[in-house]
Amino acid sequence: MSDTDVFLRFEGIVAGYGGGDVLKGVDFDVSQGGVTCIVGPNGSGKSTLLKTVSGLVRPRLGQIWFKGRGLVGLSPKEILQLGVVQVPQQHSLFREMTVLENVELGAFLVKDKRVIAQRLEHIRELFPIVGERAKDKAGSLSGGQQRLVEFARCLMLEPELVVLDEPSMGLDPKTLRLVFDTIRKMNAVGRTVLLVEQNARQALKMSHDGVVLENGKVRLRGTGTDVLNHPEIGALYLGGSIAPANGPSDPGGKGHE
Amino acid sequence: MSALLHVENVSKSFGGVQALRDCSLDVEKGSITGLIGPNGSGKTTLFNVITGYVKPDSGTVTFADKTITNARPNHVFALGVGRTFQLTRIFARISVLENMLVATQRDDSWLRGLTRSMSSKVEVANAMEWLSFVGISQLADLPAGALSFGQRKLLELAYVLVADPDVILLDEPAGGVNLTLINSIAEKIKALNENGKTFLIVEHNMEFVMGLCARVTVMHQGTALVSGSPDEVRSNALVLDAYLGGDDESEYA
Repeated sequence: MSDTDVFLRFEGIVAGYGGGDVLKGVDFDVSQGGVTCIVGPNGSGKSTLLKTVSGLVRPRLGQIWFKGRGLVGLSPKEILQLGVVQVPQQHSLFREMTVLENVELGAFLVKDKRVIAQRLEHIRELFPIVGERAKDKAGSLSGGQQRLVEFARCLMLEPELVVLDEPSMGLDPKTLRLVFDTIRKMNAVGRTVLLVEQNARQALKMSHDGVVLENGKVRLRGTGTDVLNHPEIGALYLGGSIAPANGPSDPGGKGHE
Repeated sequence: MSALLHVENVSKSFGGVQALRDCSLDVEKGSITGLIGPNGSGKTTLFNVITGYVKPDSGTVTFADKTITNARPNHVFALGVGRTFQLTRIFARISVLENMLVATQRDDSWLRGLTRSMSSKVEVANAMEWLSFVGISQLADLPAGALSFGQRKLLELAYVLVADPDVILLDEPAGGVNLTLINSIAEKIKALNENGKTFLIVEHNMEFVMGLCARVTVMHQGTALVSGSPDEVRSNALVLDAYLGGDDESEYA
Protein backbone atom coordinates (compact mmCIF):
# COMPACT_ATOMS: atom_id res chain seq x y z
CA MET A 1 0.00 0.00 0.00
CA SER A 2 0.98 3.56 -0.58
CA ASP A 3 2.57 5.42 2.27
CA THR A 4 3.76 8.96 1.64
CA ASP A 5 6.19 8.80 4.57
CA VAL A 6 8.19 6.11 2.85
CA PHE A 7 10.71 7.50 0.37
CA LEU A 8 11.12 4.43 -1.82
CA ARG A 9 9.43 1.05 -1.27
CA PHE A 10 9.73 -2.19 -3.20
CA GLU A 11 6.58 -4.22 -2.68
CA GLY A 12 6.44 -7.80 -3.94
CA ILE A 13 8.45 -7.12 -7.08
CA VAL A 14 8.44 -9.97 -9.58
CA ALA A 15 10.19 -9.27 -12.88
CA GLY A 16 12.17 -10.89 -15.66
CA TYR A 17 12.93 -10.79 -19.35
CA GLY A 18 10.50 -13.40 -20.64
CA GLY A 19 12.63 -16.47 -19.87
CA GLY A 20 11.55 -16.91 -16.26
CA ASP A 21 11.51 -14.49 -13.35
CA VAL A 22 14.77 -12.91 -12.28
CA LEU A 23 13.18 -11.15 -9.30
CA LYS A 24 10.94 -13.44 -7.26
CA GLY A 25 9.23 -11.16 -4.80
CA VAL A 26 11.44 -8.34 -3.53
CA ASP A 27 10.32 -6.23 -0.56
CA PHE A 28 12.29 -3.52 1.19
CA ASP A 29 12.30 0.21 1.93
CA VAL A 30 14.93 2.79 1.06
CA SER A 31 15.01 5.62 3.56
CA GLN A 32 15.31 9.21 2.47
CA GLY A 33 18.70 10.88 2.74
CA GLY A 34 20.65 7.64 3.07
CA VAL A 35 22.97 5.51 1.01
CA THR A 36 21.59 2.02 0.42
CA CYS A 37 23.87 -0.59 -1.09
CA ILE A 38 22.65 -3.80 -2.73
CA VAL A 39 25.17 -6.63 -2.88
CA GLY A 40 24.92 -10.24 -4.03
CA PRO A 41 26.36 -12.81 -6.40
CA ASN A 42 26.48 -12.39 -10.16
CA GLY A 43 23.05 -13.06 -11.62
CA SER A 44 21.09 -12.50 -8.40
CA GLY A 45 18.95 -9.76 -9.97
CA LYS A 46 20.66 -6.60 -8.72
CA SER A 47 20.77 -4.77 -12.07
CA THR A 48 17.25 -5.92 -12.92
CA LEU A 49 15.96 -4.46 -9.66
CA LEU A 50 17.57 -1.09 -10.43
CA LYS A 51 16.03 -1.15 -13.90
CA THR A 52 12.56 -1.55 -12.40
CA VAL A 53 13.09 1.72 -10.51
CA SER A 54 14.01 3.71 -13.58
CA GLY A 55 11.30 2.13 -15.72
CA LEU A 56 13.58 0.18 -18.05
CA VAL A 57 12.09 -3.10 -16.86
CA ARG A 58 8.42 -3.33 -15.99
CA PRO A 59 7.66 -5.69 -13.09
CA ARG A 60 5.20 -8.48 -13.81
CA LEU A 61 3.83 -8.18 -10.27
CA GLY A 62 4.26 -5.73 -7.41
CA GLN A 63 4.62 -2.02 -7.02
CA ILE A 64 7.38 0.51 -6.40
CA TRP A 65 6.33 3.49 -4.30
CA PHE A 66 8.31 6.71 -4.59
CA LYS A 67 7.07 9.30 -2.08
CA GLY A 68 3.59 7.78 -2.23
CA ARG A 69 3.46 7.50 -5.98
CA GLY A 70 3.43 4.20 -7.86
CA LEU A 71 6.25 4.00 -10.44
CA VAL A 72 5.20 0.79 -12.18
CA GLY A 73 3.86 1.62 -15.61
CA LEU A 74 5.42 5.08 -15.80
CA SER A 75 7.80 5.73 -18.70
CA PRO A 76 11.52 6.25 -17.98
CA LYS A 77 11.05 9.93 -18.84
CA GLU A 78 8.20 10.37 -16.37
CA ILE A 79 10.32 8.73 -13.69
CA LEU A 80 13.21 11.09 -14.51
CA GLN A 81 10.83 14.03 -14.10
CA LEU A 82 10.01 12.80 -10.60
CA GLY A 83 13.71 13.18 -9.76
CA VAL A 84 14.98 9.62 -10.13
CA VAL A 85 18.14 9.32 -12.26
CA GLN A 86 20.05 6.15 -13.05
CA VAL A 87 23.62 5.66 -14.23
CA PRO A 88 23.63 2.27 -16.00
CA GLN A 89 26.26 -0.44 -15.71
CA GLN A 90 27.40 -0.37 -19.30
CA HIS A 91 28.66 2.65 -21.18
CA SER A 92 25.84 4.94 -22.16
CA LEU A 93 27.47 8.08 -23.57
CA PHE A 94 26.92 9.14 -27.17
CA ARG A 95 30.36 8.36 -28.53
CA GLU A 96 30.19 10.71 -31.51
CA MET A 97 29.10 13.68 -29.41
CA THR A 98 31.49 15.77 -27.34
CA VAL A 99 31.90 15.40 -23.61
CA LEU A 100 30.22 18.75 -23.04
CA GLU A 101 27.27 17.86 -25.29
CA ASN A 102 26.81 14.62 -23.40
CA VAL A 103 26.80 16.38 -20.04
CA GLU A 104 24.41 19.07 -21.26
CA LEU A 105 22.04 16.35 -22.44
CA GLY A 106 21.66 15.37 -18.81
CA ALA A 107 19.71 18.58 -18.30
CA PHE A 108 17.32 18.01 -21.20
CA LEU A 109 14.32 18.48 -18.92
CA VAL A 110 15.58 21.87 -17.70
CA LYS A 111 14.50 24.83 -19.82
CA ASP A 112 16.23 27.72 -18.06
CA LYS A 113 19.66 28.27 -19.67
CA ARG A 114 21.02 30.14 -16.67
CA VAL A 115 20.22 27.20 -14.42
CA ILE A 116 21.98 24.88 -16.85
CA ALA A 117 25.06 27.13 -16.93
CA GLN A 118 25.14 27.30 -13.14
CA ARG A 119 24.94 23.55 -12.72
CA LEU A 120 27.57 23.03 -15.38
CA GLU A 121 29.90 25.36 -13.52
CA HIS A 122 29.44 23.32 -10.36
CA ILE A 123 29.93 20.03 -12.18
CA ARG A 124 33.18 21.24 -13.79
CA GLU A 125 34.51 21.76 -10.29
CA LEU A 126 33.47 18.31 -9.16
CA PHE A 127 34.69 16.60 -12.33
CA PRO A 128 37.59 18.53 -13.92
CA ILE A 129 37.55 16.17 -16.89
CA VAL A 130 34.31 17.80 -18.09
CA GLY A 131 36.21 21.05 -18.61
CA GLU A 132 39.50 19.55 -19.73
CA ARG A 133 38.03 17.28 -22.39
CA ALA A 134 34.90 19.36 -23.15
CA LYS A 135 35.37 19.35 -26.92
CA ASP A 136 36.66 15.79 -27.34
CA LYS A 137 34.34 13.09 -28.57
CA ALA A 138 33.11 10.96 -25.69
CA GLY A 139 34.17 7.86 -27.64
CA SER A 140 37.82 8.94 -27.45
CA LEU A 141 37.82 8.73 -23.64
CA SER A 142 38.92 5.64 -21.77
CA GLY A 143 36.36 3.45 -20.03
CA GLY A 144 36.94 5.00 -16.63
CA GLN A 145 36.86 8.55 -17.96
CA GLN A 146 33.54 7.83 -19.64
CA ARG A 147 32.16 6.65 -16.32
CA LEU A 148 33.04 10.00 -14.73
CA VAL A 149 31.28 11.87 -17.51
CA GLU A 150 28.21 9.69 -16.95
CA PHE A 151 28.19 10.77 -13.31
CA ALA A 152 28.53 14.39 -14.30
CA ARG A 153 25.62 14.01 -16.71
CA CYS A 154 23.37 12.40 -14.10
CA LEU A 155 23.94 15.29 -11.67
CA MET A 156 22.73 17.89 -14.20
CA LEU A 157 19.15 17.07 -13.19
CA GLU A 158 19.91 17.53 -9.49
CA PRO A 159 18.05 14.30 -8.79
CA GLU A 160 16.45 13.38 -5.46
CA LEU A 161 17.26 9.72 -5.90
CA VAL A 162 20.45 8.67 -7.66
CA VAL A 163 20.53 5.05 -8.81
CA LEU A 164 24.02 3.73 -9.56
CA ASP A 165 24.80 0.35 -11.10
CA GLU A 166 28.36 -0.61 -10.17
CA PRO A 167 29.84 2.88 -10.13
CA SER A 168 33.34 1.59 -9.35
CA MET A 169 33.62 -0.78 -12.28
CA GLY A 170 36.65 -0.13 -14.46
CA LEU A 171 37.98 2.74 -12.36
CA ASP A 172 41.61 3.11 -11.29
CA PRO A 173 42.25 3.51 -7.54
CA LYS A 174 42.55 7.31 -7.69
CA THR A 175 39.39 7.73 -9.76
CA LEU A 176 37.57 5.21 -7.58
CA ARG A 177 38.31 7.37 -4.57
CA LEU A 178 37.02 10.45 -6.41
CA VAL A 179 33.82 8.62 -7.32
CA PHE A 180 33.21 7.29 -3.81
CA ASP A 181 33.92 10.74 -2.37
CA THR A 182 31.49 12.22 -4.87
CA ILE A 183 28.80 9.76 -3.84
CA ARG A 184 29.36 10.80 -0.21
CA LYS A 185 29.16 14.47 -1.19
CA MET A 186 25.98 13.95 -3.21
CA ASN A 187 24.49 12.24 -0.21
CA ALA A 188 25.69 14.95 2.19
CA VAL A 189 23.76 17.59 0.25
CA GLY A 190 20.58 15.56 0.54
CA ARG A 191 20.48 13.18 -2.39
CA THR A 192 19.39 9.67 -1.58
CA VAL A 193 21.61 7.05 -3.19
CA LEU A 194 20.67 3.49 -4.15
CA LEU A 195 23.58 1.55 -5.55
CA VAL A 196 24.70 -1.88 -6.63
CA GLU A 197 28.36 -2.56 -6.09
CA GLN A 198 30.75 -5.51 -6.40
CA ASN A 199 33.40 -3.50 -4.64
CA ALA A 200 31.18 -4.39 -1.74
CA ARG A 201 33.43 -3.85 1.23
CA GLN A 202 34.16 -0.20 0.44
CA ALA A 203 30.59 0.44 -0.64
CA LEU A 204 29.04 -1.06 2.49
CA LYS A 205 31.38 0.96 4.67
CA MET A 206 29.97 4.20 3.35
CA SER A 207 26.36 2.94 3.23
CA HIS A 208 23.75 3.44 5.94
CA ASP A 209 21.79 0.41 4.79
CA GLY A 210 22.75 -2.84 3.11
CA VAL A 211 20.60 -5.34 1.25
CA VAL A 212 21.79 -8.77 0.16
CA LEU A 213 19.99 -10.07 -2.88
CA GLU A 214 20.25 -13.77 -3.62
CA ASN A 215 18.49 -15.63 -6.38
CA GLY A 216 15.93 -12.85 -6.86
CA LYS A 217 15.01 -12.42 -3.21
CA VAL A 218 16.19 -10.38 -0.25
CA ARG A 219 18.39 -12.66 1.81
CA LEU A 220 19.45 -10.13 4.43
CA ARG A 221 18.63 -6.54 5.30
CA GLY A 222 20.39 -4.36 7.86
CA THR A 223 22.79 -1.51 8.34
CA GLY A 224 25.83 -1.43 6.08
CA THR A 225 27.95 -2.58 9.02
CA ASP A 226 25.58 -5.45 9.85
CA VAL A 227 25.88 -6.81 6.33
CA LEU A 228 29.62 -6.24 6.24
CA ASN A 229 30.13 -8.17 9.46
CA HIS A 230 27.66 -10.98 8.82
CA PRO A 231 29.88 -14.09 8.83
CA GLU A 232 27.96 -16.08 6.25
CA ILE A 233 27.54 -13.17 3.85
CA GLY A 234 31.22 -12.38 4.17
CA ALA A 235 32.22 -15.86 3.14
CA LEU A 236 29.70 -16.10 0.31
CA TYR A 237 29.97 -12.72 -1.37
CA LEU A 238 32.58 -10.48 0.17
CA GLY A 239 35.61 -12.64 -0.51
CA GLY A 240 35.61 -14.21 2.94
CA SER A 241 36.83 -12.65 6.13
CA ILE A 242 40.27 -14.14 5.76
CA ALA A 243 43.35 -12.94 3.88
CA PRO A 244 43.12 -12.84 0.07
CA ALA A 245 43.47 -16.00 -1.96
CA ASN A 246 47.09 -15.20 -2.53
CA GLY A 247 48.61 -15.72 0.87
CA PRO A 248 52.06 -14.30 1.42
CA SER A 249 52.01 -11.18 -0.72
CA ASP A 250 49.35 -9.30 1.16
CA PRO A 251 49.38 -5.80 -0.34
CA GLY A 252 51.00 -3.31 1.96
CA GLY A 253 50.76 -5.71 4.87
CA LYS A 254 47.60 -3.97 5.96
CA GLY A 255 45.35 -6.99 6.01
CA HIS A 256 42.39 -7.53 3.79
CA GLU A 257 41.24 -3.96 3.91
CA MET B 1 66.07 -15.67 -22.99
CA SER B 2 63.74 -13.75 -25.23
CA ALA B 3 60.25 -12.85 -24.12
CA LEU B 4 57.28 -14.85 -25.41
CA LEU B 5 55.50 -11.60 -26.17
CA HIS B 6 57.59 -8.57 -26.99
CA VAL B 7 56.28 -5.06 -27.67
CA GLU B 8 58.84 -2.53 -28.85
CA ASN B 9 58.42 1.24 -29.13
CA VAL B 10 54.80 1.15 -30.16
CA SER B 11 53.06 4.49 -30.79
CA LYS B 12 49.46 5.12 -31.72
CA SER B 13 47.41 8.30 -32.05
CA PHE B 14 43.66 8.66 -32.46
CA GLY B 15 43.13 12.10 -33.95
CA GLY B 16 44.77 14.49 -31.51
CA VAL B 17 45.03 11.99 -28.68
CA GLN B 18 48.25 10.01 -28.39
CA ALA B 19 47.13 6.77 -26.79
CA LEU B 20 50.52 5.03 -26.97
CA ARG B 21 53.92 6.69 -27.02
CA ASP B 22 57.04 4.58 -27.56
CA CYS B 23 55.59 1.87 -25.41
CA SER B 24 57.66 -1.27 -24.77
CA LEU B 25 56.71 -4.36 -22.81
CA ASP B 26 58.02 -7.90 -22.32
CA VAL B 27 55.96 -10.86 -21.19
CA GLU B 28 58.16 -13.81 -20.25
CA LYS B 29 57.01 -17.32 -21.07
CA GLY B 30 55.27 -18.89 -18.09
CA SER B 31 54.80 -15.60 -16.23
CA ILE B 32 51.78 -13.80 -14.89
CA THR B 33 52.45 -10.18 -15.79
CA GLY B 34 50.25 -7.38 -14.50
CA LEU B 35 49.53 -4.20 -16.45
CA ILE B 36 48.20 -1.35 -14.35
CA GLY B 37 47.81 2.37 -14.79
CA PRO B 38 45.30 5.21 -14.60
CA ASN B 39 42.17 5.28 -16.74
CA GLY B 40 43.21 6.49 -20.18
CA SER B 41 46.87 5.48 -19.87
CA GLY B 42 46.68 3.19 -22.91
CA LYS B 43 46.31 -0.30 -21.43
CA THR B 44 43.38 -1.39 -23.57
CA THR B 45 44.88 0.22 -26.69
CA LEU B 46 48.04 -1.80 -26.08
CA PHE B 47 45.91 -4.97 -25.88
CA ASN B 48 44.24 -3.93 -29.12
CA VAL B 49 47.60 -3.45 -30.84
CA ILE B 50 48.92 -6.82 -29.62
CA THR B 51 45.82 -8.69 -30.75
CA GLY B 52 45.52 -6.95 -34.12
CA TYR B 53 42.41 -4.87 -33.47
CA VAL B 54 44.34 -1.61 -33.85
CA LYS B 55 47.25 -0.92 -36.20
CA PRO B 56 50.10 0.94 -34.52
CA ASP B 57 51.58 4.05 -36.18
CA SER B 58 55.04 2.70 -35.45
CA GLY B 59 56.77 -0.01 -33.44
CA THR B 60 56.69 -3.81 -33.51
CA VAL B 61 54.99 -6.68 -31.74
CA THR B 62 56.53 -10.15 -31.74
CA PHE B 63 55.08 -13.37 -30.40
CA ALA B 64 57.23 -16.50 -30.10
CA ASP B 65 59.82 -14.81 -32.34
CA LYS B 66 57.25 -14.15 -35.09
CA THR B 67 56.42 -10.57 -36.01
CA ILE B 68 52.69 -10.03 -35.56
CA THR B 69 52.56 -6.26 -36.01
CA ASN B 70 49.55 -5.53 -38.24
CA ALA B 71 48.42 -9.17 -38.29
CA ARG B 72 44.65 -9.61 -38.32
CA PRO B 73 42.89 -10.52 -35.05
CA ASN B 74 41.91 -14.02 -36.18
CA HIS B 75 45.49 -14.69 -37.24
CA VAL B 76 46.88 -13.54 -33.90
CA PHE B 77 44.30 -15.68 -32.12
CA ALA B 78 45.17 -18.73 -34.24
CA LEU B 79 48.85 -18.30 -33.40
CA GLY B 80 47.96 -18.66 -29.73
CA VAL B 81 47.23 -15.23 -28.28
CA GLY B 82 43.80 -15.18 -26.63
CA ARG B 83 42.11 -12.24 -24.95
CA THR B 84 39.03 -11.05 -23.13
CA PHE B 85 37.48 -7.62 -23.42
CA GLN B 86 36.77 -4.97 -20.80
CA LEU B 87 33.15 -4.92 -21.94
CA THR B 88 32.17 -8.37 -22.99
CA ARG B 89 31.75 -9.59 -26.53
CA ILE B 90 29.68 -12.72 -26.85
CA PHE B 91 27.00 -14.05 -29.21
CA ALA B 92 23.79 -13.12 -27.41
CA ARG B 93 21.31 -15.25 -29.37
CA ILE B 94 22.98 -18.62 -29.15
CA SER B 95 23.34 -20.62 -25.96
CA VAL B 96 26.17 -20.34 -23.49
CA LEU B 97 27.40 -23.79 -24.51
CA GLU B 98 27.21 -22.94 -28.21
CA ASN B 99 29.30 -19.85 -27.56
CA MET B 100 31.91 -22.12 -26.04
CA LEU B 101 31.82 -24.49 -29.02
CA VAL B 102 32.46 -21.62 -31.43
CA ALA B 103 35.57 -20.81 -29.44
CA THR B 104 36.94 -24.35 -29.66
CA GLN B 105 37.33 -24.02 -33.42
CA ARG B 106 40.41 -21.86 -33.35
CA ASP B 107 42.49 -24.30 -35.40
CA ASP B 108 39.85 -24.88 -38.02
CA SER B 109 39.38 -22.92 -41.18
CA TRP B 110 36.39 -20.64 -41.26
CA LEU B 111 34.77 -22.83 -43.91
CA ARG B 112 35.29 -26.03 -41.99
CA GLY B 113 33.76 -24.39 -38.94
CA LEU B 114 30.68 -23.57 -40.97
CA THR B 115 30.27 -26.98 -42.56
CA ARG B 116 30.73 -28.95 -39.40
CA SER B 117 27.27 -29.96 -38.29
CA MET B 118 28.12 -31.37 -34.90
CA SER B 119 30.65 -30.82 -32.23
CA SER B 120 32.18 -33.97 -30.86
CA LYS B 121 31.30 -35.30 -27.44
CA VAL B 122 34.83 -34.54 -26.36
CA GLU B 123 34.42 -30.88 -27.31
CA VAL B 124 31.12 -30.59 -25.46
CA ALA B 125 32.56 -32.24 -22.37
CA ASN B 126 35.57 -29.98 -22.53
CA ALA B 127 33.39 -26.88 -22.93
CA MET B 128 31.26 -27.92 -19.96
CA GLU B 129 34.36 -28.44 -17.90
CA TRP B 130 35.51 -24.88 -18.50
CA LEU B 131 32.04 -23.55 -17.73
CA SER B 132 32.16 -25.37 -14.37
CA PHE B 133 35.62 -23.95 -13.87
CA VAL B 134 34.22 -20.40 -13.90
CA GLY B 135 31.09 -21.50 -12.03
CA ILE B 136 28.37 -21.07 -14.67
CA SER B 137 27.82 -24.60 -16.03
CA GLN B 138 24.21 -24.53 -14.75
CA LEU B 139 23.56 -21.77 -17.31
CA ALA B 140 24.85 -23.74 -20.32
CA ASP B 141 21.51 -23.99 -22.13
CA LEU B 142 20.41 -20.38 -21.65
CA PRO B 143 20.86 -17.89 -24.48
CA ALA B 144 24.02 -15.97 -23.65
CA GLY B 145 22.04 -12.73 -23.89
CA ALA B 146 20.13 -13.74 -20.75
CA LEU B 147 23.26 -13.65 -18.60
CA SER B 148 23.96 -10.77 -16.26
CA PHE B 149 26.98 -8.60 -16.91
CA GLY B 150 29.16 -10.41 -14.38
CA GLN B 151 28.14 -13.80 -15.76
CA ARG B 152 29.04 -12.62 -19.27
CA LYS B 153 32.52 -11.77 -18.06
CA LEU B 154 32.85 -15.29 -16.69
CA LEU B 155 31.61 -16.76 -19.96
CA GLU B 156 34.17 -14.72 -21.82
CA LEU B 157 36.91 -15.99 -19.56
CA ALA B 158 35.80 -19.59 -20.17
CA TYR B 159 35.52 -18.79 -23.88
CA VAL B 160 39.16 -17.78 -24.06
CA LEU B 161 40.37 -20.66 -21.90
CA VAL B 162 38.63 -23.34 -23.95
CA ALA B 163 40.51 -22.19 -27.05
CA ASP B 164 43.71 -23.11 -25.20
CA PRO B 165 45.93 -20.19 -26.26
CA ASP B 166 49.57 -20.04 -25.13
CA VAL B 167 49.31 -16.52 -23.78
CA ILE B 168 46.10 -15.11 -22.35
CA LEU B 169 45.39 -11.39 -22.16
CA LEU B 170 42.72 -10.55 -19.60
CA ASP B 171 41.17 -7.08 -19.60
CA GLU B 172 39.78 -6.40 -16.11
CA PRO B 173 38.75 -9.96 -15.24
CA ALA B 174 37.65 -8.88 -11.75
CA GLY B 175 35.54 -5.91 -12.85
CA GLY B 176 31.88 -6.50 -12.02
CA VAL B 177 32.54 -9.90 -10.44
CA ASN B 178 31.71 -10.59 -6.81
CA LEU B 179 34.64 -10.74 -4.38
CA THR B 180 34.37 -14.40 -3.44
CA LEU B 181 34.37 -15.36 -7.10
CA ILE B 182 37.35 -13.04 -7.75
CA ASN B 183 39.37 -15.01 -5.21
CA SER B 184 38.38 -18.26 -6.83
CA ILE B 185 39.31 -16.93 -10.29
CA ALA B 186 42.70 -15.87 -8.94
CA GLU B 187 43.28 -19.41 -7.64
CA LYS B 188 42.35 -20.81 -11.03
CA ILE B 189 44.68 -18.49 -12.92
CA LYS B 190 47.46 -19.62 -10.59
CA ALA B 191 46.69 -23.26 -11.29
CA LEU B 192 46.69 -22.67 -15.06
CA ASN B 193 49.94 -20.78 -14.77
CA GLU B 194 51.53 -23.66 -12.89
CA ASN B 195 50.60 -25.79 -15.89
CA GLY B 196 52.49 -23.47 -18.19
CA LYS B 197 50.01 -20.80 -19.32
CA THR B 198 51.33 -17.27 -19.68
CA PHE B 199 49.11 -14.37 -18.61
CA LEU B 200 49.07 -10.62 -19.18
CA ILE B 201 46.41 -9.04 -16.98
CA VAL B 202 44.97 -5.54 -16.90
CA GLU B 203 43.17 -4.96 -13.61
CA HIS B 204 42.42 -2.17 -11.14
CA ASN B 205 41.84 -4.46 -8.20
CA MET B 206 45.26 -4.13 -6.57
CA GLU B 207 44.80 -7.06 -4.22
CA PHE B 208 44.17 -9.27 -7.22
CA VAL B 209 47.12 -7.93 -9.25
CA MET B 210 49.65 -7.77 -6.45
CA GLY B 211 48.75 -11.21 -5.17
CA LEU B 212 48.89 -12.89 -8.54
CA CYS B 213 51.58 -11.22 -10.62
CA ALA B 214 55.31 -11.78 -10.22
CA ARG B 215 55.96 -8.76 -12.39
CA VAL B 216 53.93 -5.62 -12.86
CA THR B 217 54.26 -2.91 -15.51
CA VAL B 218 52.75 0.50 -14.84
CA MET B 219 51.47 2.50 -17.80
CA HIS B 220 51.20 6.25 -17.68
CA GLN B 221 50.25 8.56 -20.54
CA GLY B 222 50.74 5.90 -23.16
CA THR B 223 54.08 4.58 -22.10
CA ALA B 224 55.48 1.98 -19.70
CA LEU B 225 56.56 4.06 -16.70
CA VAL B 226 57.94 1.37 -14.38
CA SER B 227 58.29 -2.42 -14.38
CA GLY B 228 59.18 -4.54 -11.40
CA SER B 229 57.98 -6.82 -8.64
CA PRO B 230 54.74 -5.85 -6.88
CA ASP B 231 56.75 -4.50 -3.94
CA GLU B 232 59.02 -2.40 -6.13
CA VAL B 233 56.07 -0.98 -8.01
CA ARG B 234 54.02 -0.29 -4.92
CA SER B 235 56.78 1.69 -3.26
CA ASN B 236 57.70 3.68 -6.36
CA ALA B 237 56.98 7.38 -5.87
CA LEU B 238 56.01 7.93 -9.50
CA VAL B 239 53.46 5.14 -9.29
CA LEU B 240 52.01 6.40 -6.04
CA ASP B 241 51.55 9.79 -7.58
CA ALA B 242 50.25 8.75 -10.99
CA TYR B 243 48.09 5.83 -10.03
CA LEU B 244 47.56 4.91 -6.43
CA GLY B 245 47.23 8.51 -5.27
CA GLY B 246 48.76 8.39 -1.81
CA ASP B 247 49.83 5.78 0.68
CA ASP B 248 46.38 4.96 2.03
CA GLU B 249 45.37 3.31 -1.23
CA SER B 250 44.63 -0.04 0.35
CA GLU B 251 41.31 1.30 1.51
CA TYR B 252 40.10 1.50 -2.06
CA ALA B 253 42.35 -0.93 -3.85
